[in-house]
Amino acid sequence: MEYEKILDIAPYSLDKEAKIQCMTKRQADLTLHHFRNCEAYRRMAESVGLNEQELQKFDGTEKTYYDLPFLPVRLFKELDLKSVPDEEIFKTMTSSGTTGQAVSKIYLDRATASNQQKTMVKIVSDFTGSSRMPMLIIDCPSVVKNRAMFSARGAGILGFSIFGLDKTYALNDDMQLDIEAVQAFLQKHAGKRILLFGFTFMIWQHFYQELVRLKEQGTVFDFSNAVMIHGGGWKKLISQAVSQEDFKKRFQEVCGLSNIHDYYGMVEQTGCIYMQCEYGHLHASIFSDVIVRDPVTFAPAPVGEKGIVQVVSMIPQSYPGHSLLTEDEGILLGEDDCPCGRKGKYFKILGRLKNAEIRGCSDTYAEKFK
Amino acid sequence: MAEAKKRKSGRRGSWKKEMTNKELYVKAFVDAFEVEESVLPGLEYTGIPAWDSVGHMNLVAMLEDAFDIMMDTDDIIDFNSFEKGMELLKDHYNVEF
Repeated sequence: MEYEKILDIAPYSLDKEAKIQCMTKRQADLTLHHFRNCEAYRRMAESVGLNEQELQKFDGTEKTYYDLPFLPVRLFKELDLKSVPDEEIFKTMTSSGTTGQAVSKIYLDRATASNQQKTMVKIVSDFTGSSRMPMLIIDCPSVVKNRAMFSARGAGILGFSIFGLDKTYALNDDMQLDIEAVQAFLQKHAGKRILLFGFTFMIWQHFYQELVRLKEQGTVFDFSNAVMIHGGGWKKLISQAVSQEDFKKRFQEVCGLSNIHDYYGMVEQTGCIYMQCEYGHLHASIFSDVIVRDPVTFAPAPVGEKGIVQVVSMIPQSYPGHSLLTEDEGILLGEDDCPCGRKGKYFKILGRLKNAEIRGCSDTYAEKFK
Repeated sequence: MAEAKKRKSGRRGSWKKEMTNKELYVKAFVDAFEVEESVLPGLEYTGIPAWDSVGHMNLVAMLEDAFDIMMDTDDIIDFNSFEKGMELLKDHYNVEF
C-alpha cells in the first residue's frame, strides 16, 4: 500500500474497522520491507516466529497489525538500524538525551523524511487550519544550528516551522526571554492570529515564569489571539505539581492565552504526532496508532486500564521503526467517540514507566534544573 | 558580474521593480543557497546540501518577500524542484514568468 494514497485520506476520518484494514495492510508491507532489507530486524522477527509466509496471513481478518512484532524503542540507541543503503541516507535524527545518556539514531532517506513532513502538516492543520501564522518559537536559535544532525528539539521546531511566518525566537542562546523581540513581534502582528511553539518545560520555566515576573512589574503581554502548541514531556511539571489544567489556567490568567494544544510524539516516529483536542484528549490519526498493552501479558488493555504504550506508524521505510514499544505508561480513553468528533483512539499519557530513563525534549532539558 | 552587483546596490530599494519575475525567482535561490545560477535548472529539493528543510523554509520566506505572496503549506510541500516552484507560483499566485 503506497503511503501517498494514505495521505489523501482525512486524518481523523476512519472508524475502527476501516482503520484496522488500512493499517494492517501497510504494516504488513512495512514489516516485509524491513524483513528483507534490515538484517538485524529480520533476525529479531524470525526469533518470534515470523517469516514471509506467515506475513501473508496479515490480511486484516485472520491477523491484524496488533499481532505484528514490535521493537523496544531503546534498541535504536544500541543498534544502528536501517533498511536502505548508506548512500540513500540524507539525514540522521537523534533523540534528546540527558548528558551522558545514549541517544537514538534514526536514519532517514528522502521519501521517509518527506512523508514525515507531509503527515505532520495534515495532522496539525486539522487543529489550526492550513493558513500560516506569524510564529513565536519559545526556544533559542542555536537549537537548529547543525543541519545534518538534528536533535529531536531541532526537528520539532523545524517541523512546525512550515506553519510559521516571520519566525521569531523568544529566547536568546542563554535561554533568557528576549523581551524586546517579543514586544516588537506582538506589535508587528497586532490583531493577527499567532502561533506559539515550544517544549513544555522550556515554556514554563523561561516563558511563563518571566511573564509572571513582568506582570508583577506592570508589563503585561497579550496573547489572547495566539494558539500554543507544546510537547516533549510533563515530568518536571508534574514534580512541581503543575497539572495540565493548571498550565492552561495560569496561561489564561497571565496573558489571555486560552487556545493550547499539547502533543505527544517521539523522534523515532517523527511526523505522527498525537495532538490534544479541545477536550484535552490526545488523538491518534489514521497515520499511526497507539496500543496500550498489559505490562504482564502484553495483551491489549481495555479502555480505562493502565498499560505500556506501543506506537505504530505508517511512515518509516528507511528504518524499522514502524512498530515500537515505548517506555511510557498510558490509558486508552476511548475510540471513535470523542465529543470533538474525531474518529480513532484517544488516550492519556501518565508518564514514564518506573526505572525507565528520562526522555523527551522537555524532560531531558529539565534534568539540568534539579 | 561585479558590475551587475554594483548596479543593484547603487539603486537600493528600486532594483526589485527593475527585475523580471524570472530574475527575482533566480535571485531568491542564489541568495538562499549561495549557489551559482548555472546549477539551478533541473535542481531538486535536497539535490544540494543547502536545499534541505531549513534552506527550504528560507527560500520560501525569500520568495514570499520578493513576490509579496503567502504560500500555502501544501504548496511549500509540493515545491520540490526549481521548475516546480515556477509552476506553483504561476498557477496559484499569478506570478507570470
